[in-house]
Amino acid sequence: MAALDPRTLTLIQSRQDAILDAWAAGFARAAQDGRASPLELDAQVRGFWQAFAAALGRADVSSLQGAEWDDTRHFLEDLSRDRVLKGFSAAETATFVFSLKRPLFDAVEQGLAADPQAMAAQLRVVSDLLDQLGLHTVKVFQKNREDVIKRQQEEMLELSTPVVKLWEGVLALPMIGTLDSQRTQVVMESLLQRIVETGSEIAIIDITGVPTVDTLVAQHLLKTVTAIRLMGADAIISGVRPQIAQTIVHLGLDLQGIVTKANLADALALALKRTGVTVAKAA
Amino acid sequence: MERIPILQMGDVLLVTIQVDMHDQLALTLQDDLAERIRATSARGVLIEISALDIVDSFIGRMIATISALAAVMDARTGVVGMQPAVAITLVELGLNLTGVSTALDVERGMRLLRQAGAGVE
Amino acid sequence: MSSAGELPIRTEQDVVLARQAARQAAVACGLRLVDQTKLVTAASELARNAVVYGGGGAMHWRVVEDGMRRGLRLEFVDQGPGIADIEQALTDGWTSGAGMGLGLSGSRRLVDAFELDSAPGRGTRVAITKWA
Repeated sequence: MAALDPRTLTLIQSRQDAILDAWAAGFARAAQDGRASPLELDAQVRGFWQAFAAALGRADVSSLQGAEWDDTRHFLEDLSRDRVLKGFSAAETATFVFSLKRPLFDAVEQGLAADPQAMAAQLRVVSDLLDQLGLHTVKVFQKNREDVIKRQQEEMLELSTPVVKLWEGVLALPMIGTLDSQRTQVVMESLLQRIVETGSEIAIIDITGVPTVDTLVAQHLLKTVTAIRLMGADAIISGVRPQIAQTIVHLGLDLQGIVTKANLADALALALKRTGVTVAKAA
Repeated sequence: MERIPILQMGDVLLVTIQVDMHDQLALTLQDDLAERIRATSARGVLIEISALDIVDSFIGRMIATISALAAVMDARTGVVGMQPAVAITLVELGLNLTGVSTALDVERGMRLLRQAGAGVE
Repeated sequence: MSSAGELPIRTEQDVVLARQAARQAAVACGLRLVDQTKLVTAASELARNAVVYGGGGAMHWRVVEDGMRRGLRLEFVDQGPGIADIEQALTDGWTSGAGMGLGLSGSRRLVDAFELDSAPGRGTRVAITKWA
C-alpha cells in the first residue's frame, strides 16, 4: 500500500494549472492533424484531471483496483473508445497518459527538493502509477478495436445477405458464397426478425449461390425453417442444384416436408399461389 | 390469487401472456382455460406470446397440455406472436409443439382457427 | 456492475427471479439477444430442476474471461438426492418426474460449455457458460 507524500499532493494541487498546461502542450501535436479539436482535448484533459486528482489524495497508488480509481478508469475507457473510433493508434492514445509524467515529475522534484530520498521514492511511485494507467488505456484500446472489427464484420455479413421483399407477404433471402456456422446464424436471425417485422408468411431461402452444403449447413437450414414454422410462417428452399440434392440424399437428411425448388422463379410461383395471388398477362 | 385474463372473442378464447409466469400461475391458466372452454363451448383457443422473452420446457408443456385439453373438448389451439429468439431457442432445446398451430399474429391466428375447424365461425 | 453474485432457489418464485438475474447479467455481459435467450432458458430449466428434484439450492453467477472474450457462467447447486445415471439423465425425453425430459439435455445444447457433477447422496452441480 503506497500513498503520495502529502508534500507532493499539496504541490500538485497548488500547481495544477501549470501541470495541465505543460501536459496539454506535451501532446498538442496530436491536435494538429484535426482528429481531435483543441476544445475536445482541453475537455479531456480537465475531465481526466478531475477524476485523477480526486483519487490521488485518497487512494492506494500502487494498484488501480480500488474503488477510488473507478472514475479514473472509466474516464480512460471512454477516452480509449473515442480514440478507436477516431482512428488514433494505441500509442497515440497511451501518450495522453504518459505525457503527464514529466509535469508530475517536475512537481515532485520541486516539492521534495530538500529531501532527495523521499523524492526518489515518490518519483518511482508516480512513475509506476502512470505506467499502470497507460497500460490500462492500451488494454482497453485493444479490446475496443477488436469489438469494432467484430461489429463491422457482422454488418458486412448482413449487407452481403440482404432480405428482400418479393411480394406482399413473401420474403427472399439469397445466400451467396460459402456458409460458415457463424454467418448462417447471423443471417438467419435477421431473416426471422424481418418475417416478424413485415408479417410475411413465406420466406424463400435461395441457395443458388452456395457452392457446397455440408451437414452443418444443412442442419442450420433445417433449424431455421423449423423456427420459421414455429413462428407461424413457412419457408421454401430454392436453388437446390442436382449436386446439393445428391448431398442431401447421401447424408440421409430428413427435410421434414420442406418444399424445395430448383430455382427462385419456381419458388416465387409457389409462394404466390399459396398467397392466393394469380399473375395474368395484360391482353 | 393472480390469474391471467381470458378474453372471449366469438367462439374463440384469447389469452395474452404478458408476465414472467411462475409455474403455479401457468397451471392455474391451464385449469381456467379448460373450465372456460367447457363453459363457453369455445371452438378455438389462441395463446398470444409476443411479450414472452422466454419459453422453457415447462411453458412448452403447458401449451401442449392446453392443446390436448382443448382437443378433447373439440377446440383447436393456436399460438401466435412467437419472438424470433424464442423460436430459435425452442428449436435448439428440442421442444416440439405438435398439435399446436402457429401464426404470426392474432388476426392470422383467428383465420387459421376458422379455416381448420369445421363449424368455427 | 458487479461481476458475480448468487441467489437462493427454493421456490418456483425463485425460478422466476433466477431467470431475471440471469437475463440482467447476460445483458451486462454483452451477450446478443439470441444468446441471452438461450442462456436464460437453460437457467430456467436448471433452476427448476434444483427446486423440483434437488429440494432447493442456489444459483451462482460469474463473469468469466478467456483471453479477450468475455462470458457468463451460471452454476446451479443443490443438496438433493443426486443423479444415479448421468447418461440416461442427459438423454432427450428421459424424465424421472412429470417433465418433458429436456431440462438437462436441452440446456446442454443451448450453451457453449456444460459441466455436470452429480452422484447419489452427493447432490448436483451444473455449470453452464455462454460466451459473448
